[in-house]
Amino acid sequence: MSFYGVELGSRLLLGTSRYPSPAVLGEAIKASKAEVVTVSLRREGGSERAGQSFWSLVRALGVRVLPNTAGCHSVKEAVTTAHMARELFDTTWIKLEVIGESDTLQPDVFGLVEAARILSEDGFEVFPYTTEDLVVADRLVEAGCRVLMPWGAPIGSARGLNNVYGLKSLRAHFPDIPLVVDAGLGVPSHAAAAMEMGYDAVLLNTAVAEAGDPVAMARAFALAVEAGRTAFLAQPLEPRDMAAPSTPVIGKAALGD
Amino acid sequence: MRIFVNDEVRDVDAGTLAVALEAMGFGGRKIATAVNGRFVAATARPGTKLADGDRIEVVAPMQGG
Repeated sequence: MSFYGVELGSRLLLGTSRYPSPAVLGEAIKASKAEVVTVSLRREGGSERAGQSFWSLVRALGVRVLPNTAGCHSVKEAVTTAHMARELFDTTWIKLEVIGESDTLQPDVFGLVEAARILSEDGFEVFPYTTEDLVVADRLVEAGCRVLMPWGAPIGSARGLNNVYGLKSLRAHFPDIPLVVDAGLGVPSHAAAAMEMGYDAVLLNTAVAEAGDPVAMARAFALAVEAGRTAFLAQPLEPRDMAAPSTPVIGKAALGD
Repeated sequence: MRIFVNDEVRDVDAGTLAVALEAMGFGGRKIATAVNGRFVAATARPGTKLADGDRIEVVAPMQGG
């Protein structure tokens, strides 16, 4: 699997927020086997060092970073944040979020397409956090996106895949674009389900960070992603309405009346 | 000169963004900056003159999902 020409061995991308401690974050990243972690940027005062120590931790882990524009509600804000992130993290990758509604954190898809176009033309490699809407996805590809990241459910909701039909349609419509289910996953079976339907990867954060044991949950998600991918390649059965006996009936002993 | 740094009022005696950041303790730090909503690259800080009332944003790496 590759994103913008970068080959990756792991199909699990992990967020770095909301862990009980930096040490647990570090152990969870290792247990997940993630090669890409999402990061953000926030205000820091002259006497604060939180950002500097966080950056030292991430660098020591040797993982690639995918900065986000979390919390941005306008195109201008997202574009400026992307520029700051590109300099700060020395990467052209950007997870583009333009939030349109505060309760669901639903993407503002109109602003998203506009920002994606501006950033792609400026040399960014955009990972848009979007919905499963096919037409929006088409516009994002036209704008220059070579990866799409539809939500499974609202960020942090742990609801899993809210619209399986929509996600399947998106997969069928874009067979050659890497698709990542981003947001809303709660348990490893959600990740496995996304992978079984042919998604290239999943991105999650809260499901691991706020689990009772984040390190064990990171490992569980890694196993689920691998299981789901293996199952997809093994071509799963389609559900059917009628029973189909798994044991042959031919040659069955006649024991009835 | 009175400027706003991450919404806090600061009185600085500095002509450029680079000098102001150094004076406020940001020297050598991994930060990114914007002035009045516009990104200012690190290489442009020494040439970015500040004016009274300017609004400066200083951000650093942070955890994110």
